[in-house]
Amino acid sequence: MAAAVKRFFDSDLWFSFTRSPVTVVSAIVAAVCILGAVFAPWIAPHNPFDLASLNLSDAFKPPAWTEEGAREYALGTDDQGRDVLSAIMYGARVSLLVGVSATVFATLLGVSLGLLAGYVGGALDSLLMRICDIQLTFPSILVALLVDGVVRAALPREVHAEIALFVVIFAIGISEWPKFARTVRGSTLVERNKEYVQAARVIGVSRARIMVSHVLPNVLGPVLVVATLNLGLAILSEATLSFLGVGVPPTQPSLGTLIRIGNDFLFSGEWWITIFPGIALIMMVLSVNLLGDWLRDALNPKLR
Amino acid sequence: MADATLMFEARDLARHFDVSRPLLQRMVAREGRRTLRAVDGISFAIPKGTTLSLVGESGCGKSTVARLCVGLYAPTAGKVVFDGRDLAQARALADQRRRMQMIFQDPYASLNPRWRVGDIIAEPIRAFGLVGTRAEQDNRVAELLTQVGLSPLDRQKFPHEFSGGQRQRISIARALSSNPEFLVCDEPTSALDVSVQAQILNLMKELQQRLNLTFLFISHNLAVVRQVSDRIGVMYLGRLAELAPAETLFRRPRHPYTRALMEAIPDLDMTGRERIPVGGEVPSPITPPSGCAFHPRCPLANDRCKRERPELKPAGDAMVACHAVEEGRDDAMPMPAIARDAA
Amino acid sequence: MSEPLLEVRNLRVEFPTRRGTLVAIDDVSFSISPGEVLGVVGESGAGKSMTGAAIIGLLEPPGRIAKGQILLNGKRIDNLRYEQMRRIRGREIGAIFQDPLTTLNPLYTVGRQLAETMTTHLPIGPAEAKKRAIEWLELVGIPAAAQRIDSYPHEFSGGMRQRVVIALALCAEPKLIVADEPTTALDVSIQAQVIALLKTLAREKGTAMMLVTHDMGVIAETADRVAVMYAGRIAEIGPVREVVKHANHPYSAGLMGSIPPLDRRVERLAQIDGAMPRLSAIPQGCAYNPRCPQVFGKCRALRPDLLDAGTTRAACWLFDTEVARG
Repeated sequence: MAAAVKRFFDSDLWFSFTRSPVTVVSAIVAAVCILGAVFAPWIAPHNPFDLASLNLSDAFKPPAWTEEGAREYALGTDDQGRDVLSAIMYGARVSLLVGVSATVFATLLGVSLGLLAGYVGGALDSLLMRICDIQLTFPSILVALLVDGVVRAALPREVHAEIALFVVIFAIGISEWPKFARTVRGSTLVERNKEYVQAARVIGVSRARIMVSHVLPNVLGPVLVVATLNLGLAILSEATLSFLGVGVPPTQPSLGTLIRIGNDFLFSGEWWITIFPGIALIMMVLSVNLLGDWLRDALNPKLR
Repeated sequence: MADATLMFEARDLARHFDVSRPLLQRMVAREGRRTLRAVDGISFAIPKGTTLSLVGESGCGKSTVARLCVGLYAPTAGKVVFDGRDLAQARALADQRRRMQMIFQDPYASLNPRWRVGDIIAEPIRAFGLVGTRAEQDNRVAELLTQVGLSPLDRQKFPHEFSGGQRQRISIARALSSNPEFLVCDEPTSALDVSVQAQILNLMKELQQRLNLTFLFISHNLAVVRQVSDRIGVMYLGRLAELAPAETLFRRPRHPYTRALMEAIPDLDMTGRERIPVGGEVPSPITPPSGCAFHPRCPLANDRCKRERPELKPAGDAMVACHAVEEGRDDAMPMPAIARDAA
Repeated sequence: MSEPLLEVRNLRVEFPTRRGTLVAIDDVSFSISPGEVLGVVGESGAGKSMTGAAIIGLLEPPGRIAKGQILLNGKRIDNLRYEQMRRIRGREIGAIFQDPLTTLNPLYTVGRQLAETMTTHLPIGPAEAKKRAIEWLELVGIPAAAQRIDSYPHEFSGGMRQRVVIALALCAEPKLIVADEPTTALDVSIQAQVIALLKTLAREKGTAMMLVTHDMGVIAETADRVAVMYAGRIAEIGPVREVVKHANHPYSAGLMGSIPPLDRRVERLAQIDGAMPRLSAIPQGCAYNPRCPQVFGKCRALRPDLLDAGTTRAACWLFDTEVARG
């Protein structure tokens, strides 16, 4: 373990990381966002969902640095007296959960199908890639809306409310898998013709084993890049869905939900209710994307 | 020479590839299917413990033959016989498959970059269940590494920590790990520098003697082939132009293509002779010339050569596919300088 | 001996990396006279291609010339700006690379590429350029040149394409050609044609040529003098006959000895044990000392410069006058 850690800090990846100030800043911002979200129940100043602690007289308090602001509500409060900072931390938790789960789902699905299409080839390859092509002609948010709409229509209301989170994860994940499948298929086509794969075939190693133990480890580099970039997109997709009111249930507001709620007050002067969740969303997505961009450049041997 | 029993035999072996464009494009351009005849009917046999080499320029089909011989491709026509059994049958049996292995050209692509050297070499051992415990396996890997001139400690390293020549040694160790009797070597030294090439060729010769291996050796380099072969087949456009014992081929090459090839090799001894280039270029195997495929470049070609495809026929202790040789017209083309010097 | 056309003095190329600076070429000096062909041989990683790249000003970053001078016709060209160097590259130095496809623009016909090169660098008009383009294609042996002038690069076969590249490198009538493995991608039969062509053209036009290759046969046939490189330095330099047949430096001798002979079968080929060191681990003293059969004390401590070895100059302590006396 210690050796692995040492090797990491000795690697070219770590070196190129320390040489890029933008990336270091992004990493710090992303880490703050993620840690704040994950540990929200323990570190948030208030619990915005604890109805008992809510006080309507605290509603519409502006941020702490303004004249009417209160010290205990750093970024102000919303119409029900909830602390905006705490709501953001809890909301980011939901956004992150959906984003990560959807990306993991899309990665698993896309990588397996891409590997299969690339290695087996023939009719299966044509079929899978045509499905990808068709799906890529629709914007992914449209696919997600469609899936969400179908599930909503098919299930009774109370059942839907219970599994709404999973529906969103599925909807976003299913709309993103073609990117992974295409990336992996492309790399697989290159790897399968390399002589180390032929060497395994001469011995008579089974197809499944060649795919998993030979090809897969060699096509994962680009997947990591796509997954990182996709995480930002998935968080945005979730926010868009929630903003449109079809995403996560209102009992578990995400950043998108917070922005939608705050939007009603934007023109009546209570700008902080929507602006701060918006800034949080931008910081999270931007930092993750910048990390993805750096990873892409760092892993690309041509640019090294 | 080892005993005369055959290790390996190819009978009228052929492999065609469909290189047509996709259906839609074909319909738009109104063209039919196109077939690349990479290997188009070749026969040879390799006695146990000997080396047969196939030489030829790029695109002549020699690498396809190598892949046919280990079952990476299925033949379009003809068959491959491995130690008396049809190759397809033999490859279905693990204990037969174990007996044949392949060494590849590119030492940078033939080792999985994510695997440790120890795991790479042990893969055939595991696949065939040759040794039981982990400790036995480690011993065997150490023994193989030593055998190819590397250190047993190298098994912990990754391929990128080695030079091209060392990687080719690792490739050889992997190929030897299942105790094979038959090795197909596809241009094993052409990606290596000349001083390293000598190391690898010496190692292969040494291993052949020690382990009584049978080699099918593929190369484009006539000088290399002369050093390792018992018999040599010269390929041109998917067919054998000439098949002869190594010394016969170099002392008295018969086929006009063989002679032209020898004449085209640079003269390191600087005897001042000018290379006489073969005119023209290798034709496309998709649209090969009629009759003898070499006739557009051949100084001895006549009408029959344009019409009729020559078959391999005995000429002395060689086999030559040439109408001119059969008709005794080949004296019109001078022997290459190398053969003249020897005689 | 005439004035040298190209002079390389104490060239040093460095690659800064995170683990310190790698010296890819170290203290390399040589010169080429008009009409002369200098062969540069060595194993991969010896720095031969990089020497060529440094001369034509196309070192891949972060590589840079850290020391030394490159003079063309007595004028320094190693410190020119990109734009100035680009003009020299077309007009005075022609470059031929291993892969013809990287040199040819796939979107233009070969005739247009030839004509444009000539109108840019020579005082001639488009009509004259086109006429000369056809002449050049004929000269490099492309049949039916007048018809093929409007063909695109992909319509030519590999050997024909390399001829086009040669025509392109020569058409502006440069005084120096840097050819990096010009025949490696070609088959033996085509190789002979291309080499013969380069040789004739160099002789007829009085062009100097630096021919970088790992193929000793090509060198033996084409070059007048040979430089053998090892680990970024010149190990030996001298007339081709001497270096190939009677090398003085143990490395050159080993290298030449390990070429499999075509005219006979030997039981065991002469080989050099070990491998060339990586740039990050070049041994102290002579870089060849761990592999050298004639190594002695001084080789492990001090790095030899090129010394007079009679017929050639060799970077080897065996030719140190003090050692010879002692």
